[in-house]
Amino acid sequence: MSDAPALALSLSGVSKAFGGLRALDGVDVQVRPGERRAIIGPNGAGKTTLFSLISGEQPPTEGRITLFGRDVTRFPPHRRAALGLARTYQITNLFPRLTVLENCLLAVQALGPTKLHLHRALSRYPALFERARSALDSVGLNGKEGETVRNLSHGEQRQLEIALALAGVPKLLLLDEPTAGLSPAESHLMTALLKKLDPAITILVIEHDMDVAFELTNRVTVLHFGKVIADGLGEEVKANPLVQEIYLGTEYAGDAGR
Amino acid sequence: MLPRHRVIGLGIMLLLLLVAPPFLSSFLLTLLTQALIYGILAMSLDLILGYTGLASLGHAAYLGLGAYSVGVLTTRHGANFWVTLAVGLLLAAVVAAVFGLVALRATGVYFLMITLALGMVIWGLAHRWVSMTQGDIGISGVPRPDLGLPWSLAKGIPFYYFSLAGFLLALWVLWVVVRSPFGQSLVGIRESESRMRTLGYHVWLHKYIGFIIAGTVGGFSGVLWGYYNGFVSPADVELATSVEILLMVALGGRATLLGPALGAGVIVLLKNLVSVYTHRWLLILGAVYIGTIVYAPEGIVGAVRQFAKGVKPEPLRSKA
Repeated sequence: MSDAPALALSLSGVSKAFGGLRALDGVDVQVRPGERRAIIGPNGAGKTTLFSLISGEQPPTEGRITLFGRDVTRFPPHRRAALGLARTYQITNLFPRLTVLENCLLAVQALGPTKLHLHRALSRYPALFERARSALDSVGLNGKEGETVRNLSHGEQRQLEIALALAGVPKLLLLDEPTAGLSPAESHLMTALLKKLDPAITILVIEHDMDVAFELTNRVTVLHFGKVIADGLGEEVKANPLVQEIYLGTEYAGDAGR
Repeated sequence: MLPRHRVIGLGIMLLLLLVAPPFLSSFLLTLLTQALIYGILAMSLDLILGYTGLASLGHAAYLGLGAYSVGVLTTRHGANFWVTLAVGLLLAAVVAAVFGLVALRATGVYFLMITLALGMVIWGLAHRWVSMTQGDIGISGVPRPDLGLPWSLAKGIPFYYFSLAGFLLALWVLWVVVRSPFGQSLVGIRESESRMRTLGYHVWLHKYIGFIIAGTVGGFSGVLWGYYNGFVSPADVELATSVEILLMVALGGRATLLGPALGAGVIVLLKNLVSVYTHRWLLILGAVYIGTIVYAPEGIVGAVRQFAKGVKPEPLRSKA
């Protein structure tokens, strides 16, 4: 390998077709370790599809994906997770009939060898419980351990989404609209929580709320109809006329250009 | 730890099972023995149906594999109990390992259909591989095992206790498994397979291991069944048996282990008592099934738990 540290994530020429629809079309993205990157774009731009290709839930039609310098294009999701990848979901994807603590325990044991132990009770692994509780503490869900997840508020479920992703101590974290459906106050708390995360974690975040996106990240990639149309520092991208056209309407872009 | 009232409840049930036999008629003792053996089978299905969320319609195959191991080995080779037990468990495990490779490629109703077809394969073998199974005639004259105990297992009461010991052993094994980190992973798979994958679980492997354990324990029940009945025939592995086991789990309460055992008891009693009065046993079975799904989707154990908590049963809903 070269002297420079390997890229945390690299997509080259990645496409995904659903029948005749090209949800992603020749996407190239490079993310350095420790970077905070926002992925923005209108509905249907292919943002969530991009995440599911990175996490391995769907195979790309074309192209190559590497994680920390390893080609993972053909890796199933669990092997990518083992390399330090974690994700959250836009539509909350938890274990609704289990308790908060049980949810977190599943996340904590996911990457260790104990998940295949079947000869003694889970309750005899205090280290797992400690790590689960500390993941819950870090998102402010301490005291909710025994609650069944489906009885939690939407905001609390979003927090638990983050806790599950953090429980495996990821190196690369994909956040799919972490503030989706949150009230302004909750959204503010969530943003504060995400800003406090360990700076060593590389983060990609899909976000519709531009204020949140620019507050959390310094670089922005803009997707439109499955193509990357802009990629750069927040201010550059904001000034990009094409981005303005897509986000703010042609009239505004026309005015600005006049 | 279990809450105290549950420990007391389970203790009373165990005590009843231990002291009841001398007070029961031989007919009821026979039914209770049957219920224990079917209870093992239902609990083993619960591991994949209740805990993992995979509905199998071929679980009678494992009962058959265990029972035919006993039938063939005792009548042809005079094999002792330990040999038949080892062969029965191994055969069930190997067949589950092969069937798992095929069935676990699918989920939901497709899994159901594939397991149904695989169950029919075993039924077809029992039916047609006459040189081994004696086809429709079945294998009769299976002797009761001789373990060198002071009590002859040919008698009803000793065989009941023998079955009870087998039941408790199977319960203990499954109990340890479902409470283990692995058991919890099965529950996670039931609740959200996609989340388990991205968390880092090799979901297929967990299902596969669960499937093999369920098959092996099912084979164990088959070994006991072969000895209990003294007779093995394709009727043991037919579709109706698989459906009955599924109903035992649903009726008792999925993902509760003891619920399915209780369900097995209810079904065995109903079946034998009702068939005294009518031939239309399957009609009753169907009615019980519909009643369970509509009025007690979480089964007897679920209904009792909700009653204890003082909440109304939840209305029928589709599982997410």
